[in-house]
Amino acid sequence: MSSEPYTPVIVGFLCNWCSYRAADLAGTARLNYAPTMRPIRVMCTARVEPQFVIKALREGADGVLIAGCHPGECHYVEGNIKALRRYTLLKQMLRQFGIEEERVQIVWAAASESKVLADAVDAMTLKLQAAGPLRWRQTVLNGHGAEHAVRESAEVRRAAALAAQHVEGER
Amino acid sequence: MSEERVGVYVCHCGTNIAKTIDVQDVATWAARQPHVTVARDYKFMCSSLGQEMVEQDITEHGLTRVVVAACSPHMHEKTFQGACERAGLNRFMFEMANIRELNSWTTRDRESATQKAKSMVRGAVERVIHHRPLEMLPVPINPNTLIVGGGIAGITAALDIANAGYHVYLVEREPSIGGHMAQVDKTFPTLDCSACILTPRMVDVGQHPNITLLSYSELEQVDGHVGNFTVRVRKKARFINEALCTGCGDCIEKCPGKALDETFEVGLGYRKAVYKPFPQAVPKYPVIDPESCIFFQRGKCKACEVVCPTHAIDFNQKDEYLQLTVGNIILATGYDLFDARKIPQYGYGRLANVFTSMEFERMVNAAGPTDGQIVLRDGITPPKSVGIIHCVGSRDKHYHEYCSRVCCMYSLKFAHLIHERLPDTEVYNFYIDIRASGKRYEEFYHRVLEEGTHFIRGRVAEVTDAARMPGEEGKLIIQVEDTLIGKQRRIPVDMVILSVGVQSRHDSQEVAQLFGMGCDFNGYFIERHPKLDPVLTMSDGVFIAGACQGPMAIPETVAQAGSAASQVISLISQGTLMMEPIRARINADKCSGCRICNNLCPYYAITFHEDRKVSEVITAMCQGCGACVSACPSSAITGAHFTTEQVMSQIEGILWDVRETIPLMARS
Repeated sequence: MSSEPYTPVIVGFLCNWCSYRAADLAGTARLNYAPTMRPIRVMCTARVEPQFVIKALREGADGVLIAGCHPGECHYVEGNIKALRRYTLLKQMLRQFGIEEERVQIVWAAASESKVLADAVDAMTLKLQAAGPLRWRQTVLNGHGAEHAVRESAEVRRAAALAAQHVEGER
Repeated sequence: MSEERVGVYVCHCGTNIAKTIDVQDVATWAARQPHVTVARDYKFMCSSLGQEMVEQDITEHGLTRVVVAACSPHMHEKTFQGACERAGLNRFMFEMANIRELNSWTTRDRESATQKAKSMVRGAVERVIHHRPLEMLPVPINPNTLIVGGGIAGITAALDIANAGYHVYLVEREPSIGGHMAQVDKTFPTLDCSACILTPRMVDVGQHPNITLLSYSELEQVDGHVGNFTVRVRKKARFINEALCTGCGDCIEKCPGKALDETFEVGLGYRKAVYKPFPQAVPKYPVIDPESCIFFQRGKCKACEVVCPTHAIDFNQKDEYLQLTVGNIILATGYDLFDARKIPQYGYGRLANVFTSMEFERMVNAAGPTDGQIVLRDGITPPKSVGIIHCVGSRDKHYHEYCSRVCCMYSLKFAHLIHERLPDTEVYNFYIDIRASGKRYEEFYHRVLEEGTHFIRGRVAEVTDAARMPGEEGKLIIQVEDTLIGKQRRIPVDMVILSVGVQSRHDSQEVAQLFGMGCDFNGYFIERHPKLDPVLTMSDGVFIAGACQGPMAIPETVAQAGSAASQVISLISQGTLMMEPIRARINADKCSGCRICNNLCPYYAITFHEDRKVSEVITAMCQGCGACVSACPSSAITGAHFTTEQVMSQIEGILWDVRETIPLMARS
C-alpha cells in the first residue's frame, strides 16, 4: 500500500433537526473544514440503518459520520439513543470485518454547534488520512470476487437485521 | 426507470456558490448523467426567473423529476416545491442538493468543492428517481393559543390575539404578570413612568374575557404539533382560594412573617410571607410563601386565616395540573440579568455601595423600598458622587461578547434621574461606546451631556475602597484608563452603579428542548430567519417574541409580540394547515406482528391489531422520525420520502466517483 496522502471520502448522515442545521450554520458562519464529507439528510439518526453504513463503506467511502442531536435533545425524544445503541452493535460487526473503529463515528452536534460538526469532519479526515483508504474489496473480501461478495452481502444484511432486533429486544 | 426525465438546476447564488464551485462545469457534467434530460446553471435559481425556468422545462421537456443544487433545503425547498407544483409536478418529485451551506461556504478549494458538488448532485439525481408523489395532510388548527411569559411581550401578544376574538392562555411563572417592565421606574428616552403605561395593559389582560391568566404556573410538558398541542401546566399552590379572594390585602397587613424580597425588589426590600409582588399586581390575589410563613414553618399562626373576610386562605391547597389543548404557542420568556458577582474586581456583594442597575431602578422608583430616595446602603445618606459603569458583562469575551443594547440608554436615564433628584451630585459615566441608535435616543444622550454628566471613555479596571491618595478615604475609587486622553485615572465616588447586561434565561435550554427547538451559543432561542422570520422558530406553531430571542428594549419587544400575534391569528384564520406527509406506513402483508416497532415509537403512534396480528401506524400521530422503519426486521415499514431505496440510491450517487465495481453485487 502506498503511503501517499489521499483525500478520504466520508459519508455523513445528518439528522434534519440538529446536525444538518449545525452544518448549515457552519456554512453560514463560513467555518472552513475539510471538503471530504458528503452529506445525506435523514429526519433522525434513528433512521440510519446499519446497512446504510455498510452500503456506504462498500460503495467506496472511507468513513461514515453519523451526526445527531445531543442525548436528551432529540427532536423525536430519544431517536439518537436508538442510533447510539445500533452504532455500538454495528461497531462490533465492523471489527469482525477487519474495519478500523475510527471509520464509523457518531457525534452529537446541536443546531448551534457548527464548530463541533466542522471539527468532527476535520478530525475524522485526519484520522482517515492516517489510516489510509478502506479498500473494501481487499479488507473485507480479501480480494475475492463475485461469489464471496454475494454471500457476504446476504450475511451483512442478516447480521444488520439481527443487530437491529437485538437492540430493540433490550428495551 | 429509464423513462424518468430529470431536470438539474445549478444555482450561482450570485457569487456565493459560483466563486468556489465551477457551476458551469457541474451543469455540463450533470447533463451527461443517467436520467438527466436537461441541466442548467443560473445566477439566482430562487428568483422568479429561475423558478419560471424550472416550470417551463417541466412543461416543455416533460420533466418528471427536478433537482436544484443551491442552498439549504431549509431555506428554499418549499420555494422550488412550489415551482414544481405550479407546473403540474407533485411537490415531492423534487430534491435539493445543498451546495452552498454544506459546500461552497465551507471551503476555498475550488477543485474539491466542485467535485463534492458533483457528487451531491449525482446523489440527488439517483435519489429523486425513487421519489413518489405524496399528498400533504390537512391539519385543523385549534383556535386557542398558549403564551408563555407575562412580561410586556406576553401581555401585548395576549391582548392582540384576544382582541381578534381568539382565546389565549397566558402562563406566568411569578405571582403577577408585568415582568421586568413592572420593576422599572421610568422608560427611556421619553421618561414615561413605566407603571403608568404598563399597568393599564395588565388590567386589560386580567379582565379580558378571552384571556385565561395562569399566574404562578409553570409549563411541564408539551406534546403534539402545530394546530394541536397538548400542554401540561402546573399551577403552583398559592394557598389562597382565588374564587373567594377579593384581593383586599387584609391578610398582607396582618401577616407577621417577613422575608427579603429577592425577586421583585432584588434584595433591596422586604415583603410579607403572604404577599403580592407589588401593589398593582395582576391577578390581585396574594401568594403565601411557605418558606417564610410562620404557620408552615412552625405549625402556628394562621393570622391571615383569622382576618380574611371571605375565608379564602387555604393551607391545604395543592399544586394543580391543567391539561390545555392549543393550536399555537408563543414563547415570551424574557431575559435574566447578568450576575455582577461574576466580575469580582467591581466589588459587587463585597463593597456595600456598589449597586446593580436593577437595584438602582428599584431605589429610584417612587413605589420602591426607599420611596424613590437615592441613598447609600445605610438607607439615609444621599451620595455626593455616583459612578455608572457601562457594559458590565457585555461586550466582553470573558462574559458575553454581544452588546446588551439597553444598558447605554438606561445608564443615561440614571444619570438624568440623579441630576433631577440630587442636583448637586456629580455623575460619571464610564463607557466603551455610547450606543444610542433608537428613535430619539441620540437626542436624549445630548440632553444628558448638557445636564453636566461626566463621560469617561474606557473600560473600568477596578472598583476599590483602598484609598491611596488624599480625598479617597471612605470613598469607592474607580480605576480606569481614560482612552480619550490616554491616561490612567482614579475617580473617587460615593456610589457605584453597575450597568449589568442582559442574558438568556437560566433555563432557556430546557424550555427550548421542551419545544424541540434550538438555542444559540448565548442561550437565546433561534429564530427561523434572523432578518425575515424573527418571530418564527424551526418548530411549526411555536413563535418567539421579545428578549428571549436576543437583547432588546421595550419598543422592539412590543413590535415582535405584535408580529408573533399576527402570525398566530393568520394561522387560526386559515383554519387548516397542510402538513408534510413524511410519515411511516406498515405493509400489513409483510408485517410479522413481532411488535418491535410498537415500543420504539416515541409518539405511541403504532397500534397492534390483536385480531390480525399486525401493527399499524396512526398517520396523524406519526412525526416521521423513521426509528421504526430502520428497526423493522421484515422491512414492512416504509418511511415516506426517506425510503431505504431512496437513501441507498443516494449513497450510490454521492459515491459515483469512488465506487469500486464489485461484480455481481446486485443492487439491494
